[in-house]
Amino acid sequence: MNATQGLFWFLSALAIGSALMVVTSKNLVYSVLYLIVTFFAISGHYILLNAQFLAIVNLIVYAGAIMVLFLFVIMLMNLNTETEAQRKRWLKFAGAIAGGCLLLVMVATLKRADYKSYTAQTSQGDIGLINNLGMALFKEYVVPFEISSILFLSAMVGAVVIGKRD
Amino acid sequence: MNPLLLAIDTETVIAKLVLIVIVISASLVIAMYETYAERKVAAFIQDRIGPNRAGPFGILQPLADGLKLFMKEEIIPATSNKFLFILGPCLAMLTAMMTSAIIPWGNKIEVFGRTVDLQIADVNIGILYVFGVVSMGVYGIMIGGWASNNKFSLLAAIRGASQIISYELAMGLSLIALLMLTGSLSLRTIVMQQMEPGHFWNIVYQPLGFLIFLVCAFAECNRTPFDLSEAENELNFGYHQEYSSMKLGFYLFAEYVNMFISSAIMATLFFGGYDMPFVNEAALSPNVAAAVGIAALMAKIIFFIFLFMWVRWTIPRFRYDQLMNLGWRGLIPLALANMLITGAVILWLHK
Repeated sequence: MNATQGLFWFLSALAIGSALMVVTSKNLVYSVLYLIVTFFAISGHYILLNAQFLAIVNLIVYAGAIMVLFLFVIMLMNLNTETEAQRKRWLKFAGAIAGGCLLLVMVATLKRADYKSYTAQTSQGDIGLINNLGMALFKEYVVPFEISSILFLSAMVGAVVIGKRD
Repeated sequence: MNPLLLAIDTETVIAKLVLIVIVISASLVIAMYETYAERKVAAFIQDRIGPNRAGPFGILQPLADGLKLFMKEEIIPATSNKFLFILGPCLAMLTAMMTSAIIPWGNKIEVFGRTVDLQIADVNIGILYVFGVVSMGVYGIMIGGWASNNKFSLLAAIRGASQIISYELAMGLSLIALLMLTGSLSLRTIVMQQMEPGHFWNIVYQPLGFLIFLVCAFAECNRTPFDLSEAENELNFGYHQEYSSMKLGFYLFAEYVNMFISSAIMATLFFGGYDMPFVNEAALSPNVAAAVGIAALMAKIIFFIFLFMWVRWTIPRFRYDQLMNLGWRGLIPLALANMLITGAVILWLHK
């Protein structure tokens, strides 16, 4: 086992372990912190694939911005009380069923996918480097890229409009 | 097999480790003497003498302060979340130090027949790494403020965090204009371009961008006039109210390290980094050129640190709504306009 494999197993164990802790920990703030650890582990995987841009953007956007907003909501609503009443049982069942459906769909898709020819090559590819990624995004995929940015813009405008109404 | 991990030989690892130790300890020592400089500058501006008891000119004052912080009683509030309470200052210090990894402190030097880059890591994503680390810096404040289980700390933490994420936007936008000029994210490449003959420092091409970046850097470092999260008259002592001893020291210290690092980044991005003006570094021998470069960078950094202090002792604190208005209604549209104009000019020149 060389260093890359060791890193891979370490990061995978970290990602899955902390993802489990997100769901199981009682304290919501701990859940958010474990989710941040998960994002770090996933970013580590991106770096192993030599996709540095993706790794750092994952950290900036998810761990740095979205998780801060999660923390804001949890801290302001003071949801950390450990005396919180147990949730209703049917709610737990509904959650389990919904999660199970998602898992089923993903497993079914991945089973049919031709993953053998797409096995990731660690640090061989250089499409994740920012020059190549920029070229690909603004030449080959410029239309979908611009459309998705318009989608984001409309979501932002919508959020501002909803926030202004009161 | 991984060429990334195998390409590194033992000597490189040792060289990098030595460099890391030097950079970290230099940052800490400079941060220590920033606390001394802060008091001396304050005294100078207010026509006082300042600390003058410990050693000649009070030069040992930071040591005395540090010793005092270490000797204080360590208090962890009974109702706080113990683990997160300790994690908060650790994170603040860690994120403050991590940015130093990608700053080019000088050009290459030659030791024992080897050429060593005076930069810990020249990563492909360069300046984006800084943004990643800066956006992590919020957690030190938020976790510390929340774990104290104190309303004032929580309010201050939320203020601080929302201030930092608001100003990150304008900071990023102002940098996009600069990056359009340089076409590279790597800080070393950006410095190299500024050193080329016939090419001025980036401040000449991006004065507005620099101004926006400077204001945002003040806000990111929680410095006056934006130190809303430490507003004594509203929030007692801010997010580190419950802290004592060295944990408080880490929070205060992290602010000074942040100041040092952001001064280094401003010098690198806009003022030519380790470029000494009117000196042709290529004509000197590598080690002399590196020494000249480090001296030039340090001079620029010290100027910026002085600017931070100058502003602190000159301008009063903003009100919170003024702060948010300036960020969202002032700086972001300005940065957007700057970006559009820069893009248009580049397109027009390259037509």
